[in-house]
Amino acid sequence: MSSMTDLTALTISDLRDGFRAGSFSARETAEAFNAAVVSGRPLNAFLVETPDHALAAADKADADRASGDLKPLSGVPLGIKDLFCTAGYATTAASGILDGFVPTYDSTITSKLFGAGAGMLGKLNLDQFAMGSSNETSAFGNVLSPWRRNDGGNAALAPGGSSGGSSAAVAARMAPGATGTDTGGSIRQPAAFTGISGIKPTYGRCSRYGVIAFASSLDQAGPMAQTVRDCAILLETMAGFDPKDSTSLDEAVPAWEKSLSPDLKGKRIGIPKEYRVDGMPAEIEALWQKGIDWARDAGAEIVEVSLPHTRHALPTYYIIAPAEASSNLARYDGVRYGLRDLPEGANLQDMYAATRAHGFGAEVKRRIMIGTYVLSAGFYDAYYTKAQRVRALIARDFEEAWGKCDLLLTPTAPSAAFALGEKSADPLAMYLNDVFTVPSSLAGLPAMSVPGGLDAQGLPLGLQIIGRPLDEQGVLDAGLAIEERAGFTTRANRWW
Amino acid sequence: MSVDAITVRKIASLARIAVTDAEVEALVPELNNILDWVEQLGGVDTTGVEPMASVIPNRQRLRDDVVTDGGIRDKVLANAPQAEHGFFAVPKVIE
Repeated sequence: MSSMTDLTALTISDLRDGFRAGSFSARETAEAFNAAVVSGRPLNAFLVETPDHALAAADKADADRASGDLKPLSGVPLGIKDLFCTAGYATTAASGILDGFVPTYDSTITSKLFGAGAGMLGKLNLDQFAMGSSNETSAFGNVLSPWRRNDGGNAALAPGGSSGGSSAAVAARMAPGATGTDTGGSIRQPAAFTGISGIKPTYGRCSRYGVIAFASSLDQAGPMAQTVRDCAILLETMAGFDPKDSTSLDEAVPAWEKSLSPDLKGKRIGIPKEYRVDGMPAEIEALWQKGIDWARDAGAEIVEVSLPHTRHALPTYYIIAPAEASSNLARYDGVRYGLRDLPEGANLQDMYAATRAHGFGAEVKRRIMIGTYVLSAGFYDAYYTKAQRVRALIARDFEEAWGKCDLLLTPTAPSAAFALGEKSADPLAMYLNDVFTVPSSLAGLPAMSVPGGLDAQGLPLGLQIIGRPLDEQGVLDAGLAIEERAGFTTRANRWW
Repeated sequence: MSVDAITVRKIASLARIAVTDAEVEALVPELNNILDWVEQLGGVDTTGVEPMASVIPNRQRLRDDVVTDGGIRDKVLANAPQAEHGFFAVPKVIE
């Protein structure tokens, strides 16, 4: 390897191709990232470091290269969100209730990534059970964004959430790419906050097997990386039918990377008028307009569309997601895995209640209780069934829009990254962060965030592209067209 | 609809989460804020709209009713806080 090359600055496609071309070994790459993980400890992005896993995969890749047996991700180390079960490595969902849990099996996604030659650098911090938009609900401390405002202050900023460890690690170049999960925006909003790309595929594309459940009708895994191409590369390995997931889609995985094209001629891109929300900062509005201009420059036709039920999406989400969470999280009972709190003289019911009181964080308890309430006798129809009906209307809005356009373009989030502590006292203010990402989650649509530029304080802003079911290619292509025109190359100044 | 302290205790009990008096006091306004906010859905006309349970059209798959794994008792018990004689162990249920 040339001593001038900083391997941690390279994209996944560069690392893969450079490794294949013999410019450097997989071991050199793994060692460079392992070192970056250690020096990045002040960001608290990793809950567990697994340098040996990364090195073992690298040595295997080097041996495979020598014998001409290259795999799709040979030579690429990754960060894994700690919501994915990893055999032999602690998995906590950033919750005290999974204290001591070491899975005996791998999630389908990690198993596919490792089978494709990728190594694991470590397990990444997140909002507890993926419930949050700032990573502040983790039981293991906040993740710090590598970004800081250019006002000379040193306010610690949120890396977004729930995939905040993933976004911080990629933005700080501690990992070239990472897995994320997205229930209402948990891949896209952190990607936007940290100036990276991330895609949530169509619901059912990526197996949920071995991914710790939050809200099963919404949970989707996806990749986060520096570029659109890197997202396409990772998604090709992550996606695919899995008989172990009852909602897995039995669909072939297209060659997304090979088919990537920034040419949007013949594409109609819809601009939903309801996304011009009250109080949206002028900078977000301006970025959105830039995105529209870039899409037009790439050959797309711009059309205004209406998604009339948009404003009902957040309250719908905050009934459905807690309802599903209260059911999914019933499994944490102190009997089969994780924490057990058995007060002196306690019976079984006392043990359940003490274990859950002790093990769950405040936001998780709040959502379990909301979910329990909306599912309880007498309230089920008024809350839960009603929300499912409104969800149908939100999905119908999108179906009607697809009559007029092929893709939708919106901002990813209503603001740039906020400071840690700024919104954590007010759950509703925090929930509003997901205003642009939740509707497409409720409709199960593929959607991605790509960096569009910086705000006046020097912080990244993201643009979101939403596509028809299974049209990840269209989403990625539009993402690439914007990426090429935005020319976003700014990186966080290293202070850690 | 709004919740009071008695309702919050009932919800906590249904959810099997122990709560202190101070937590109940804090949860009453917190839950009411969220419930007041989600109640705006009551104003949406959903006449004739079927509740959506499955977001992407997908068929229910059936497979042969055969054992596809098993024989992994030790793995199943590996993470138990307390396992004895090949079983999960819990406090005495029947006196």
